[in-house]
Amino acid sequence: MTVDSIQNGTVIDHIAAGGGMKLYHLLELEKAEVPVAIMMNVTSHRLGRKDIIKIDGEMPLNFDVIGYVDPDATVNVIRNGVLQEKKQMVLPTHLKNVLRCKNPRCISGSEQELPQIFVLTDRIHKEYRCYWCETRAAQL
Amino acid sequence: MRSIIDIPDLSLPELDALMDTAEDIIARPREYQEICRHKKLATLFFEPSTRTRLSFEAAMYELGGSVISVAGADASSVAKGESVADTVKTVSCYADIIAMRHPKEGAARVAAMNATVPVINAGDGGHAHPTQTLADLLTIRREKGSFSGLTVGMCGDLKFGRTVHSLLNALCRYSNVRFVLISPEELKVPSYVKSEALKKKDIPYDQVTDLESVIGDLDILYMTRVQRERFFNEEDYLRLKDSYILTPEKLKKAKSNLCIMHPLPRVNEISVSVDEDPRACYFKQVLYGKFMREALILKLLKEAGTL
Repeated sequence: MTVDSIQNGTVIDHIAAGGGMKLYHLLELEKAEVPVAIMMNVTSHRLGRKDIIKIDGEMPLNFDVIGYVDPDATVNVIRNGVLQEKKQMVLPTHLKNVLRCKNPRCISGSEQELPQIFVLTDRIHKEYRCYWCETRAAQL
Repeated sequence: MRSIIDIPDLSLPELDALMDTAEDIIARPREYQEICRHKKLATLFFEPSTRTRLSFEAAMYELGGSVISVAGADASSVAKGESVADTVKTVSCYADIIAMRHPKEGAARVAAMNATVPVINAGDGGHAHPTQTLADLLTIRREKGSFSGLTVGMCGDLKFGRTVHSLLNALCRYSNVRFVLISPEELKVPSYVKSEALKKKDIPYDQVTDLESVIGDLDILYMTRVQRERFFNEEDYLRLKDSYILTPEKLKKAKSNLCIMHPLPRVNEISVSVDEDPRACYFKQVLYGKFMREALILKLLKEAGTL
């Protein structure tokens, strides 16, 4: 199976198999106005199997979201068919308006225009908690 | 602007200093009776509360200050849909310090971010209630002299009880404290609380379901109410509410210098006949809570440059 190389855009590579669709939804790529390809369970020397997302065109991406879903993913920025930049993701310390607090008693559910903020509280277990009520976010 | 949302906002030396101030207020009340003259505390209680609101108000009056108050969410602009942020921005124009209770968890943090005067969290849903923990700490220090070497039993609703989690976290910052956690299976201390407070610091604890078998080991017995408002399901509440009731009979096996505590209000988990026992400290706890609130008001007003 082949997908054309892109001239200007972004390739999110080395996503652990199964993470591609989660990332697709959290990045809201279903709303993208440029062509997007998602490849799943691609053979990888490093991971065995991996997912890849190719975005053929310019669009803003939230790198915190990519780091949250898979801190081992790499982001390749392509300009005029040439790799211009390779970014290594990291687990972000904060996530703003990415996750929603599931606690029905949390102030973030009722306070006007209060952002949904989650804070990394345990790097080893990849645990995030709501900044407002400290409820633990559901694991991906 | 310094506000207090939860106990971890205060360092260990600050906790000790607050207790020192409270002890000094107890010893020399006249020295403090005019110290907050012309200063105003706003008590914003958007959830039913008797003792906490009265305690804050009594504390401010004893410091010579004044109190302005909102009677309840129904009587305030919150009932008209005003946000917490707008409410505290407005109240900051009238008061020097705010004590707020709100049913939404995290509301105190929102208040602290938006107020231009210090905010004290007087309880935000099931999240935090730091001044209760301050009352608990002073009670233990005054009754026992120090925290070192104590075996602290916590009994009842250890899952939803915010006072339990907060006190557990606070006591874990002192050395050589051991815990006995007594609760039904359904109301055990959540694993994240245990791992953060106890396991990380390798603090010894036992988890049991029977109070009588361990009561003789305890220096402190912290009883809690099974709170109806924390349950989504009335059936679960009715099944578990009478799990542990402390009676003079059960206390026969306890140490003669046991300190019995309860954050109050109680429903029936401590028999009224226990009140006459000299080991019952829960009304002293109420009194000490007022002094700790005085100490905290003083600290925050001083840090804000208001005093």
